[in-house]
Amino acid sequence: MASIKPSSLLNLASRTLNRRQFSFTTPAAAKQMTVRDALNSALDEEMTRDDRVFIIGEEVAQYDGAYKVTRGLWKKYGDKRVIDTPITEMGFSGIAVGAAMAGLRPVCEYMTFNFAMQAIDQIINSAGKTFYMSAGKINCPIVFRGPNGAAAGVAAQHSQCYGAWYAHCPGLKVISPYNAEDCKGLLKAAIRDPDPVVFLENEILYGVQYPMSDQALAEDFVLPIGKAKVERPGKHITIVAHSRAVETSLLAANELSSKGIEAEVINLRSLRPLDFNTITASVAKTHHLISVEQGWPTAGIGAEILARIMETEAFFQLDQPAIRLTGVDTPMPYTKSLESAALPVPKDVVEAAKKLLKIK
Amino acid sequence: MLPSYARSLGKKALTQKKALGLISNAKNNYATEAAFETKPFRLHNLEQGPGTNVTLTRDDALKFYNQMHTIRRMETSAGNLYKEKIIRGFCHLYSGQEAVAVGIKAALRPHDAVITAYRAHGWSHIMGVPPLGVLAELTGRQSGCARGKGGSMHMYTNNFYGGNGIVGAQVPLGVGLALAAKYKGTDGVAVALYGDGAANQGQVFEVYNMAKLWDLPCIFVCENNGYGMGTSAERAAANTAYYTRGDVIPGIWVDGMDVLAVREAARFAVEHCATGKGPVVMEAATYRYSGHSMSDPGTSYRTRDEIQEVRQTRDPITSFKEKIITANLVTAEELKTIDTEIRSVVDEATKKAKADKEIAMEELTADISSLPLEQYIRNISPFDPLPHKRIGEAVNFK
Repeated sequence: MASIKPSSLLNLASRTLNRRQFSFTTPAAAKQMTVRDALNSALDEEMTRDDRVFIIGEEVAQYDGAYKVTRGLWKKYGDKRVIDTPITEMGFSGIAVGAAMAGLRPVCEYMTFNFAMQAIDQIINSAGKTFYMSAGKINCPIVFRGPNGAAAGVAAQHSQCYGAWYAHCPGLKVISPYNAEDCKGLLKAAIRDPDPVVFLENEILYGVQYPMSDQALAEDFVLPIGKAKVERPGKHITIVAHSRAVETSLLAANELSSKGIEAEVINLRSLRPLDFNTITASVAKTHHLISVEQGWPTAGIGAEILARIMETEAFFQLDQPAIRLTGVDTPMPYTKSLESAALPVPKDVVEAAKKLLKIK
Repeated sequence: MLPSYARSLGKKALTQKKALGLISNAKNNYATEAAFETKPFRLHNLEQGPGTNVTLTRDDALKFYNQMHTIRRMETSAGNLYKEKIIRGFCHLYSGQEAVAVGIKAALRPHDAVITAYRAHGWSHIMGVPPLGVLAELTGRQSGCARGKGGSMHMYTNNFYGGNGIVGAQVPLGVGLALAAKYKGTDGVAVALYGDGAANQGQVFEVYNMAKLWDLPCIFVCENNGYGMGTSAERAAANTAYYTRGDVIPGIWVDGMDVLAVREAARFAVEHCATGKGPVVMEAATYRYSGHSMSDPGTSYRTRDEIQEVRQTRDPITSFKEKIITANLVTAEELKTIDTEIRSVVDEATKKAKADKEIAMEELTADISSLPLEQYIRNISPFDPLPHKRIGEAVNFK
């Protein structure tokens, strides 16, 4: 531990710091759009662009999507390209993967990723491994998408983050977007990608509006898979998060700012590949690191980030041990008060940051 | 089997065929075509099935014999390589089931797709992989059809999608191939093969349902060899009439030891699927001579007598050989010459497959993704990451 740098925050309290709001690419004038509509427009645009793209899943067509993400698409594209399936995850996932192997570009929707557990063999063994097993002959251009993670009041079987499950597997690309811009740009990238992509949406965020820049509204707006985004620059501590935990982290950063602490918030966007360079660049600046996620701690995304920090020179940049904030290591209770206590909230992030920075 | 050979045809038929110049080649004195009667098919949800009176040309007779015999010879060689510990891990032999692959393939068009389970060597060959491509894949060497990276259960070639090692998982994939054919508007069909063991997997029933619901051109083929590993069909299935298990899907039972019956049933199924009538379930009654895999002597759950009896009375190659010789389509000498040729081809391939090199170490991290987003792949330690290489053609890249 000899080479750990002295804290850069000795004079923190005396600094004058601006209180900041969330940082968006084009504030104020930007058009607002819900995550749901952003996903919908991504699907619509890609279906128009490439007639091999089709949607398959439960209630995606006539019902307009269980969460209305596919609203209007069946009316526009018809039975051939928006296919309602029976309740049969393993079967329709396999069908979608087979269709991808034969050259189509399926978007396979799960009503929630909890149900994809019934189909996880087809996702990992069939979609994720065939390219390698065939020595590069048969690639599998497919997107598996749907809401992931904890919703509200739906108890243990419907409240789980699968980020770490899929990120574990070579052969898959895994995206966990946060806001509307992420969702549009990354879903389009996922559909265009020639490999299997697991696209983990968040149910709670579907109805939330976020600003969309002019670029993001354009039909050619595609974000790169595997690149994180610095949502909020800061210099005292790095907070790395994905999906809804980005929101938690930004709220915390706001509060920290009022106490003179400028947190840098990194929105991972992709879980595999993980944009470790963005994290290390930030840590080199802040010398403190917290990971925030709603998933469980053991072998989780935060665990992976911290392990990578330990393994690299970034370790020497840390002034304090890096820590994880995660969902509590328990199945999700239905009980309202307990449920609230099971997931990290901004206060948890604020307290952890203050602890690491030794600020009261 | 009720053979009705060309020789024993009524005089009228003979005269007619002679008049058409079909029946014999004066110079070599053999028939160019013969008619045979297959065992009756059993039908489910079908008013009319395939005809039991089938004709076979001399060319097809030679081709089917050649194909079945090559598979048998290749599998014998694979068994030996396994015993020599050159083939590792899993090795599931197809010996006894040859007529199923050869008969079905004979009914397929070039744009039809096939997917099967882990007993994939015979099918890989029939779909276009030469013996060296199969045997070198088994020995895990660079001339293997998947460069030795797939092994026994994962072989691929054009329109052949494996080789899936997860029992039953290939069946939904096969229905996906059928969906793609329909989506693209070709009249292509997909053949999804599974054993009597996999027939009990839930996902098989899931996709029966969707295939019929959407009338997808999928031929479900249950290769019923009597045993799912060591569990006999009767001990695993409440209904062992596998051709009826698609519920509303039409089904055909066929003698899977008779290549001509299989071809006839497959022709019927292809026609049914390709004309938009939806899927068909085809059960081919067959038998595997070897154990489930190489670690199974195959004698604890069945008797040696049973195996012997099938070999002596139902063997798909022996019975076909007798048939085509008796029908004067080929001579015993010709077949002997073919046997010698096959032996030399397979022996040569075996030799090469043993002597062949494994792919270079750098291919450990080749073709993980067709569009790799990371230049380097983590090694065992973090210190010396490995570059990701792209080698294969990635047929769906664009």
